Amino acid sequence: MLSIRKLHAGVAGKEILRGIDLEVRAGEVHAVMGPNGSGKSTLAQVLAGHPGFVVTSGEVLYDGRDLLELPPEERARAGLFLAFQYPVEIPGVPTAEFLKAAVNAVREHRGLEELDAMEFLTLLKERMKLVDMDPAFMSRPVNEGFSGGEKKRNEILQMAVLEPRLAILDETDSGLDIDALRTVADGINRLRRPDNAIVLVTHYQRLLEYITPDRVHVLSGGRIVKSGDRTLAHELEARGYEWLETAAEATPR
Amino acid sequence: MSGSGNQKIIEEFANRAYPYGFVSAVESDSTPPGLDEDIVRTISAKKSEPKFMLDWRLRAYRHWRTLERAAGEPRWANLRYPAIDYDRIVYYSAPKQKVAARLEDVDPEILRTFEKLGIPLDERKRLSGVAVDAVFDSVSVGTTFKEKLGELGIIFCSFSEAVQAHPALVERHLGSVVPYTDNFYASLNSAVFSDGSFCYVPRGVRCPMELSTYFRINSAGSGQFERTLIVAEEGSYVSYLEGCTAPMRDENQLHAAVVELVAAEGAHIKYSTVQNWYAGDREGKGGIFNFVTKRGKCAGARSRISWTQVETGSAITWKYPSVILQGDESVGEFYSVALTNHHQQADTGTKMIHLGKNTRSTILSKGISAGHGSNTYRGLVKVLPRAANARNYTQCDSMLLGSQCAAHTFPYIEVANRSAVVEHEASTRKISDEQLFYCKQRGLSGENAVSMIVNGFCKEIFRNLPMEFAVEASRLLSVSLEGSVG
Repeated sequence: MLSIRKLHAGVAGKEILRGIDLEVRAGEVHAVMGPNGSGKSTLAQVLAGHPGFVVTSGEVLYDGRDLLELPPEERARAGLFLAFQYPVEIPGVPTAEFLKAAVNAVREHRGLEELDAMEFLTLLKERMKLVDMDPAFMSRPVNEGFSGGEKKRNEILQMAVLEPRLAILDETDSGLDIDALRTVADGINRLRRPDNAIVLVTHYQRLLEYITPDRVHVLSGGRIVKSGDRTLAHELEARGYEWLETAAEATPR
Repeated sequence: MSGSGNQKIIEEFANRAYPYGFVSAVESDSTPPGLDEDIVRTISAKKSEPKFMLDWRLRAYRHWRTLERAAGEPRWANLRYPAIDYDRIVYYSAPKQKVAARLEDVDPEILRTFEKLGIPLDERKRLSGVAVDAVFDSVSVGTTFKEKLGELGIIFCSFSEAVQAHPALVERHLGSVVPYTDNFYASLNSAVFSDGSFCYVPRGVRCPMELSTYFRINSAGSGQFERTLIVAEEGSYVSYLEGCTAPMRDENQLHAAVVELVAAEGAHIKYSTVQNWYAGDREGKGGIFNFVTKRGKCAGARSRISWTQVETGSAITWKYPSVILQGDESVGEFYSVALTNHHQQADTGTKMIHLGKNTRSTILSKGISAGHGSNTYRGLVKVLPRAANARNYTQCDSMLLGSQCAAHTFPYIEVANRSAVVEHEASTRKISDEQLFYCKQRGLSGENAVSMIVNGFCKEIFRNLPMEFAVEASRLLSVSLEGSVG
């Protein structure tokens, strides 16, 4: 579904990703781990098409198409979803209205009819149960005045409503207390399907206690320095990232 | 997103076409350009006015002349435009056909014009619940639902008709809120106004439908000077809507209107405007110069006047719908969205004059600037010595789209009573790149994202508009912003 090959990217002359290779197939859950500053969030933003980052070389294929050619809204309509590390506030725009516009933009792209207000509300109510969200949030402006945990839940809710093919979750676990973490993880697990894929970007392995990844990758200095199965996450928890960073420096470029 | 990508979306958003710019082929009866006492007499004679009207017009004209000779147009507003040549303006232009007694007799071309604008005058085609007075150039061409309103004692007709049929009411209230000496444009209007709407709601009557006037400028070279007077007697209620469009022309056209509202004890007048006069082209050529004086008087205790305006049109907007809070416990409200795109300039706001005890006022202003637009909020909150416990809350928010536009805020606060509480809040914001990226990541186009964010910014104002108008206002805002996204 997603093939990243020798991807180099950065901001304003500063290279952050220095040759990423990653293969994600339908039905898989991948965890991308790494210390602060290793390029995890940059990878997530580059895949979603954040205009602040420049891709200098390499390619990304999404369902066989050149992902980097597409503007961000077309990537989204093609089923790529990014759960933001810092969800953005949009004053004055009710969450439900925002989500309805998003759902209908994606549906239009897929050649489906627009959902009317009633159909959308039915869908929304059903999906809200997944993340245990108070319906009162839907009439409040997008993320405005939401607590950190509420913002993260709202991201997962949007994912549940938009049903992406490929979901990239950027530090969705950060700032969550244990109950919220469990709710969010439950929600994500219920969205796992054989025809979609999830990439979890995380600093800690605690999220992986609730969501079992098929593959774990360690990012350091802008490259994947080690990949393995779920046991790699435990090893990281026990040994920290330093032993891998040393390994990274030894790797030829 | 790079600033430039962002900028591009905002620009595209701002560059949509004006759909009401057509001209109708209607013969008109006009006075020659320029203004003197004879022209004033001609206008009055054409309308077969009683003597008090002519005398009032002449006093207004003489006053205006002294202002014009002394200092000319007021120049204190934050607006730049070439001086207006008052000798080149045609002060009276009316469709040649006489005012029709029945709608069926109105020139079909005029009826078609209003149909094209989405304002069918045929009562059967009207959405129920809205009565319309249509003003074409300077003359009212038809008022709907008159009989139905008449049963309740509500008078809703053109100003000319009111002068003929209800001279005592007109004489009593005309100029009682905006005297002819008020300001340069109000004096000019008082001398030459040719028509407008008149509305009288008797004691205790709640007007069952929205009353609406639709103003259309058609003739070239003519100014439009209409006058609206609304009187709400004790305990009555009326909601009034006003809409405006004009053809696209290369020259600037002057529009100088006056609106007066009088609310007696316990009465409530809700006045809503969607102003979409032609704004000029992208380079700032043409467009309406809109110099308007709107003021309401809360004459009785516990009366209430609410102004809601959505200003998206005109090359120049100079307008301060105000409330004189004379009655104790009276309430004044001003809710405004003003959008300036391309080279449009607006200097708009309100005046809340607190005279009575326990009077309250609320000002909510949202200014949106795009392209090279300049948007100024100018407002006065004045609390006089005997206005004990007066209260005002003002909030002025500006949104800037792009980097070539401007937003200004000039609040004037004059308080002469220690018990007054006056609050002022202001903010300026831009649509951030992060907000746009977030919306796009959810599949929204940049244009839809900007439209949604701008509409969200204005939501508190739209909430005060009647339902049908709120939808129209929201759509209009998107259209007016076209080509402005970033």
